[in-house]
Amino acid sequence: MQLTGAEIVWECLIREGVDLVFGYPGGAILPTYDTLSSYPQIHHVLTRHEQGATHMADGYARATGKVGVAMATSGPGATNLVTGLATAMLDSSPMVCITGQVPTSVIGHNAFQEADITGVTLPITKHNYLVTSVEELAFCIREAFYIARSGRPGPVLIDLPKDVQIATTEFHYPTDEIRLPGYRPVPEAPEDKIERARALIRSAERPVILAGRGVLLSGAMDELRTFAESTETPVGLTLLGKGCFPEDHPLCLGMMGMHGAGEANHAVQEADLLLAFGMRFDDRVTGNLATYAPKARKVHIDIDPSEIDKNVEVEVGIAGDLKATLQEMMQGLEPIEHSDWIKRIARWRDESEDRELLNQVLQSPELKAAEVVHDLWTLTGGKAITVTDVGQHQMWVAQYYAHSPEHALITSGGMGTMGFGLPGGIGAAMGRPDDEIWVVAGDGGFQMTLAELATAVQEKVKVNIALVNNGYLGMVRQWQELFYEKRYNATPMVSPDFCALAAAYGIPAVRVTERDQIEDAVRQAQAHLDGPFLIEFVVEQHDVVFPMVPAGSDLHDMIRRPRENSPSEKEIQP
Amino acid sequence: MTTRSTITALVENRPGVLNRVVSIFRRPGLNLDSLTVGRTDRSEISRMTMVLEGTKADAQHVMRELNRLIHVITVEEMNGTPYVTRDLALIKVGATVENKSEILQMCGHYRARIVDAAAASILIEVVGEEPEIEGLVGLLEPFGIIEMVRAGVVAMARAEHVLDTHCESSSWAEQRRSLSKAS
Ligand SMILES: Cc1ncc(C[n+]2csc(CCOP(=O)(O)OP(=O)(O)O)c2C)c(N)n1
Ligand SMILES: [Mg+2]
Repeated sequence: MQLTGAEIVWECLIREGVDLVFGYPGGAILPTYDTLSSYPQIHHVLTRHEQGATHMADGYARATGKVGVAMATSGPGATNLVTGLATAMLDSSPMVCITGQVPTSVIGHNAFQEADITGVTLPITKHNYLVTSVEELAFCIREAFYIARSGRPGPVLIDLPKDVQIATTEFHYPTDEIRLPGYRPVPEAPEDKIERARALIRSAERPVILAGRGVLLSGAMDELRTFAESTETPVGLTLLGKGCFPEDHPLCLGMMGMHGAGEANHAVQEADLLLAFGMRFDDRVTGNLATYAPKARKVHIDIDPSEIDKNVEVEVGIAGDLKATLQEMMQGLEPIEHSDWIKRIARWRDESEDRELLNQVLQSPELKAAEVVHDLWTLTGGKAITVTDVGQHQMWVAQYYAHSPEHALITSGGMGTMGFGLPGGIGAAMGRPDDEIWVVAGDGGFQMTLAELATAVQEKVKVNIALVNNGYLGMVRQWQELFYEKRYNATPMVSPDFCALAAAYGIPAVRVTERDQIEDAVRQAQAHLDGPFLIEFVVEQHDVVFPMVPAGSDLHDMIRRPRENSPSEKEIQP
Repeated sequence: MTTRSTITALVENRPGVLNRVVSIFRRPGLNLDSLTVGRTDRSEISRMTMVLEGTKADAQHVMRELNRLIHVITVEEMNGTPYVTRDLALIKVGATVENKSEILQMCGHYRARIVDAAAASILIEVVGEEPEIEGLVGLLEPFGIIEMVRAGVVAMARAEHVLDTHCESSSWAEQRRSLSKAS
């Protein structure tokens, strides 16, 4: 069958199981768009900015586990993908982006709308392709999907010159098994190292599991739980690991790191064994590396060998698939108990409870973002997919929404990309239309990509938006308050009337200023089934996320929420 | 503490690979002191030798990141096993009737060859380990080096130790190769 390059693109996408493409057309990708109508199997979502397309593809990928696809034209269309690619790269999200490119004959001539996008994206993609002949197109696309989804997933970009889209060739879809000489996506965990890990586990008295996104990507949630229970080992979570272990489980320590739970950070610092499962010792998780978990021996299991010994040197580093490795490790590992250790952790937990905002009698009548997230959690029964933007509200979602394997957190962790929330949530909602989706965004980040409201309306995407309006770039304001003597430079923020703005898009919206209005607003949103719904939560402006480990400080050196107002201490007073 | 690390790699022989490899060094601002690339006995595989000036941690970082590249087949740091290195230099020096024999004598010590001789200069080719080449360069300097070029260091382990190609050829790789040749 003779097909054009443009037709081959769609034929290949369909064979890769793609039915949804997020994109934005332009001259250099027009031949491909021109043939779109011949492929009714593919639904194309016109976004309002190419960055939105990448975050939608990313959110879709995180919500479904499938590869998300974004498409853009050359030059400015392609450069608009950069933030989304970097975001997906740092969080290991499988994505394929296809960009138009100027014709091969003028590449390198600074032709109209030419950008060297394979050069630009080289360090922020898992791999990329410049397709120079129509004959290799189908091979490139199949390889791109294979690379994006195998091993440690990541984004792949295919740059497609206009003449290659127009040229024709005999199309046959290559079905041979892909084997690339330099790519071994799933290393085999060596048995001798697994045995050494078992020995450390048997002799440990104060073990802690550090569970990351690798648990979710490997599908090792059941294995993690069985392992934790049979070895009575508490589990600390990374931000991206939220959901891989049920947070109502007695062994769950909650999130670790800069804004982690006190008990999680203390447990790590006092542990004599760290079991790092599918995480990468990011600086937001470890704090000062020189004083990190000083008493602990360390076992690290990750599918990407380059993560082993990268930030933290470990006694046993195992490169392999987590699910398979845990299954093997548990064979020959008899049940273990650590009741003294668990009791010690319980005392740290009591302290956290004592300092907990929600347990305090609050002086100020203003609505707290923590209350908003907590109530959202109860009102959704913990069964919503939460997609956040970046900032204080993101950390409050991490702290106050308990996630589970079916409803894991979707957030830009590694890159911390403001503007991810709304488009990420639209992508997630389109991937899982039967689930309840809540985007939680700040007034700052929301305004970075709010143009995608129109996309949500055009596509009738049922996505609930909880806009946490504190009138500030709150997280930066918090740093200024704590570390820059309250010089609030460039963080107070004037915003539009968000409800009127929503109305301009035809989106119903309500404003909430008091806690007892939350339930009604959330119920209204849940009842609105055909399209987006926005709730603006006007919250206290000068609230601070506690605990906080200042950047570069020791992990146990946390700034805690003051406890003056806690009921227990109140009782003592006359 | 900075040291010199010699890293060898087998990579796929295709467009863009060199750029990807060099980017690994550029990103943290590391200096590649020497870099050579050339074909191997298999036309689809090139071999690179990289000399890095940096700390041990720099070398480990580079090794880890090189291993992540899809087109890099094998990477090895030349330590532990004994290995041979060679560099080649072409050195053009000013020569007069009076000093010519002295220059020739020095070349003799370094097993260097005269590959061209003109009225006022001679062109010397020397092959050897880097210190040898630098030794000869030092001796020739007083005569006036007009220009000089070095090929860069190549390295290979002694005895049975070989860079593992890992890659039995697959039908996928064969087809891909025939296509990129056609284009
Ligand atoms: C694209 C981008 N620019 C800047 C930052 C730095 N930054 C991190 S959090 C933050 C403030 C976010 O403010 P807002 O969206 O209102 O959320 P809040 O912290 O108030 O909840 C900023 C500016 C970032 N993470 N991403
Ligand atoms: Mg804000």
